[in-house]
Amino acid sequence: MTADIQAPVARTIPDRIETPFRRWKRWEVLLAGVAVAIFIFNAFASPHFLNASNLSDATYNFTEQGIIAFAMALLIIAGDIDLSVASIVAVSSTGMGAAATAGGGPAVLVVVGLVVGLACGAVNGFIVTRFRVPSIVVTIGTMSLFRGISYVVLGDQVYRHYPPGFDWFGQGYVWWVFTFEFLLFLLLAMAFAVLLHRTVFGRRIYVIGNNPVAAQFSGVRVDRIRFILFLLTGLMSGVAAILLTSRIASTRPTIATGYELQAVTIVVLGGVNILGGSGTILGVFIAAFVIGLVTFGFGLFNVPGVVQSIFTGALLIGVIALPIVWGRVAARLRAR
Amino acid sequence: MRIGRDGLLAAIVLLMVIAIGFVTPSFDTAPNLVDLFNDTAILIMMALAQMTVILTKCIDLSVAANVALTGVLIALLNVAFPGLPVPVLMVVAAGIGLLLGAFNGAMVWLVGIPSIVVTLGTLSIYRGLSFLASGGTSINGGKMSPAFIAVPRAIILGLPVMSWFAIAAVAIFLVFLRFTRTGRAFFAAGGNPTAAVYTGIDVGRSQFIAFCISGAVAGFCGYLWVSRYTIAYVDIAGGFELQVIAACVIGGVSISGGIGTVAGAVLGALFLGVVKNALPVIHISPFWQLAISGIAILGAVIINAGRERRVGRLILKEAAA
Repeated sequence: MTADIQAPVARTIPDRIETPFRRWKRWEVLLAGVAVAIFIFNAFASPHFLNASNLSDATYNFTEQGIIAFAMALLIIAGDIDLSVASIVAVSSTGMGAAATAGGGPAVLVVVGLVVGLACGAVNGFIVTRFRVPSIVVTIGTMSLFRGISYVVLGDQVYRHYPPGFDWFGQGYVWWVFTFEFLLFLLLAMAFAVLLHRTVFGRRIYVIGNNPVAAQFSGVRVDRIRFILFLLTGLMSGVAAILLTSRIASTRPTIATGYELQAVTIVVLGGVNILGGSGTILGVFIAAFVIGLVTFGFGLFNVPGVVQSIFTGALLIGVIALPIVWGRVAARLRAR
Repeated sequence: MRIGRDGLLAAIVLLMVIAIGFVTPSFDTAPNLVDLFNDTAILIMMALAQMTVILTKCIDLSVAANVALTGVLIALLNVAFPGLPVPVLMVVAAGIGLLLGAFNGAMVWLVGIPSIVVTLGTLSIYRGLSFLASGGTSINGGKMSPAFIAVPRAIILGLPVMSWFAIAAVAIFLVFLRFTRTGRAFFAAGGNPTAAVYTGIDVGRSQFIAFCISGAVAGFCGYLWVSRYTIAYVDIAGGFELQVIAACVIGGVSISGGIGTVAGAVLGALFLGVVKNALPVIHISPFWQLAISGIAILGAVIINAGRERRVGRLILKEAAA
């Protein structure tokens, strides 16, 4: 009898799960097609669309949420989620408002915004990894806690006195119609793409998302990486807080309400598996544009935001449901 | 262990009520406690419904939007046909809610999309539809029929009808989750889906039923909400889904599914109700409410943490030690 030993089969972990659309190339291509279609539709539907400064303004619709979504994508790929991001923006913005009231300059405010964001991320990461509880519950708790802190500090007051120069982050132009905010969004997209797709750290995120137990046994410091991802998400929420606060130049406890849902929507629309283990930054990047173009297009026709949310919600469910339903239909047709 | 946890929470809630009574004696009077319970009635009902969803390893984030949409529709129906009796309206409200919940359930069961994604989507859709239905305006109490507003306020045996609904819901859920095959299946479907399938339980169907229950209860509460606050507009119950989930988490319902008690969910809701009603009485700014409920959620999560560890992790810890 021959020995029953087989050569180990090389197995690659795909960056995303196979979908029926795989045969039509990739999810990202499909999504880019959707983005182009919406762009062309908007251009024909409204004469005000193809206008450089209008388009530049339109980027404000998604850059802040998009920046949070990059970090959130890493977190979701690793099998976690952070629902407290909008509350981190609120508490971070409150911190900046307090610092501005105490006489801090723009540089001080930026440091305060980032540090508060990091601290909030550290709280999330600590509780999730130390007590081994699902991140969704922990961040529902800190979502209340962080925004609660904002309410306790501000009550029904508003911070609206920000130092001169601070407005540049959210309103300044770097070159022609390109805002600082948009360029930062592009830079961070590249940074996150490199981190996720070109580093060992990035590969480990996929490993953790696919099988945390196996990752632990393979020598991956699972909890440390998860903690770092929560820190990173907190930091990006701090960045978003700086941009948003600078842009609207006021802080209320209700600031950035709903950002967590928008960020998660962008991530899921971008093809990241909500159960973890697969997804790409390119997909998230395009999804941010899709959401932004849709919002801008609706805005040109004076459609109220709450009605736009019908479309966003339907897009989220439809984009995920269609390939599944299509796959079943195709399988049934093939079986005939 | 489970009795111990519910008992502990009951003791905490009771201690809070007694302690606040020492500071402000008027808090512990019967009328005030009745008010408190009545104020928490909707939260209790929706927490129980949410618990059935969470038991099956799912989550329903769309309940508050469901309340808003059903509330607006039922108010419009009342304005259009003031003659319709209130019980009919209640059935219609529960029916509309049921349909909205069934959509969520069908997406989870038949299409196989994770519940958090589905309900995140329908949360936006239902809220947007309620804007379309109301045309962006509000429907005030003046346009509603007198019976529409009066029924939940009617006093029977010293308690408003609204409170009796909550008590009835507690009784129904106790019997349903303990003594019916469908109810027991929720625990099996969430506790160990693989084993549940081998036992002959259709996990997807259990999840579908849980979403239908969640939707129907939310729809029914949509009527109660509009009637109680005598106004229907797009933003009613904004963010209420988080309070509902918070009540479940504080009550020891495990987000990983399979673990939870009726008493726990009710006590979790009562805890939030006591905090909300006590803050103004003991002269703490109501702005503290959100932060306190956040701390309560984290406290409950950390206390319950030990019970929810997965087997794989336990083995790992021993191997590492």
